[in-house]
Amino acid sequence: MKEYLMLFIGTVIVNNFVLTRFLGLCIFFGVSKKLEASIGMGMAVTSVITLSSMLSWAVYNFILTPLNLTFLTTIVFVLVIASFVQLLEMVIRKLAPTLYKMWGIYLLLIATNCVVLGVPLLNVESNFSFGKSIVHAVGSGVGFAVAIILMASLREKIRLADVPKPLEGLGIAFILAGLLSLSFFGFSGMISL
Amino acid sequence: MTANISIVLLIILVMGCVGLFFGSVLAYANKKLAVELNPLIHIVEEVLPKGQCGACGFAGCQAYAEAVVTDPTVPPNLCTPGKDPVARRVSELTGKKAKEVEPRIAYVKCNNPIASAPKKFNYSGIDDCVAMSLLHTGPKSCQYGCLGQGTCAKHCPFDAIVMDDKGLPIINKVRCTGCGKCETICPKKIIELIPINSKINVACNSKDRGQKAKHDCPVACIGCGLCAKVCPHGAVKMVDNLPVIDKHICIELCSDPVCMAKCPTKTIKYVS
Repeated sequence: MKEYLMLFIGTVIVNNFVLTRFLGLCIFFGVSKKLEASIGMGMAVTSVITLSSMLSWAVYNFILTPLNLTFLTTIVFVLVIASFVQLLEMVIRKLAPTLYKMWGIYLLLIATNCVVLGVPLLNVESNFSFGKSIVHAVGSGVGFAVAIILMASLREKIRLADVPKPLEGLGIAFILAGLLSLSFFGFSGMISL
Repeated sequence: MTANISIVLLIILVMGCVGLFFGSVLAYANKKLAVELNPLIHIVEEVLPKGQCGACGFAGCQAYAEAVVTDPTVPPNLCTPGKDPVARRVSELTGKKAKEVEPRIAYVKCNNPIASAPKKFNYSGIDDCVAMSLLHTGPKSCQYGCLGQGTCAKHCPFDAIVMDDKGLPIINKVRCTGCGKCETICPKKIIELIPINSKINVACNSKDRGQKAKHDCPVACIGCGLCAKVCPHGAVKMVDNLPVIDKHICIELCSDPVCMAKCPTKTIKYVS
């Protein structure tokens, strides 16, 4: 139990996927202009990472390992995740229209995102069990949500500030992200996995 | 050599199977889970001006198109920027009856720019009217006047407002669609939407009485009420020390605005 908890906290804070591993930066900058949108994005990423980690764990352990084709992991995962997200989008649109209105558009944006691919790949690389994979996936999703929500709150504030002309918009966002990332590096070594 | 070929064949087989599996699941889901969208929504959306201004009260043009097609209680004339032609097209498409949309335009009810107006204090802070007005109603002596930071110009979805060099918003009559975004955002409520062919309006928003108004701003309306007295058509009423002009009466009946000639401070102006 303790092991799982440590893994969860470790992936949320210490090995935060955005701020210390620098994955998923495109959506991190693209959808962090408004707090509301970033919350939707955070939820969408968390659920997609979790579900696709489960699926790709099964694909890896039941198809690729018995056939000795583990060198195909990356390309098979891309295929699996992209089509799974498409399917998820259709299911949500049909079964839960309100949910679809809230974060349906974000689903397609993350279909081929590096965080969504990176987490399942790290799972199989670290030889995680099924349970550990899920905890790791949820943790990294929550970590992503924390990072993007922090970023969106900061960017909403900085819009009112008197930023030097050449740095307006994305320029200052990059600097902000750098500072955020530096502060998250303060956690490194807190939990060793 | 043969071992290599068998691996290649295995790869092709596995990838093909995985691809085929997901492909067929997706194809099946696409048929089974298809959500039928009324094609009319798309046609209506094409008719709308796509300024995404939200004047209709919906999140954007697409949301309004969806609402007007699917909900029978949503009237077809909510798109103010589109004016009459769009309202008519939408009502034709949806089979709803449309009332005419009166074309309107934004008008700035202040004629003393912040650069030359008397001030209470010097402001240094965020260049934004809303932020400025939060600090003791802003640096201008007149608490009703334009703060000149261009918040209206920044929020105009049609780029119809520019700030002149002294700091008063200038409305571009061709571009202004009367969506009312500026009216909503202005913290001083100095922007009013008036009928597009209005002749005259009051270029002041000061609700103070004569002496105070004059003290705070040399070109203010002093609320003397002369305009209301001299108007032969009864189009002018005094409310809160400001004349309120019924523009429809002016447009229909008035050929020679006496109120403008009589106004002692020349605050009633032509809507040029």
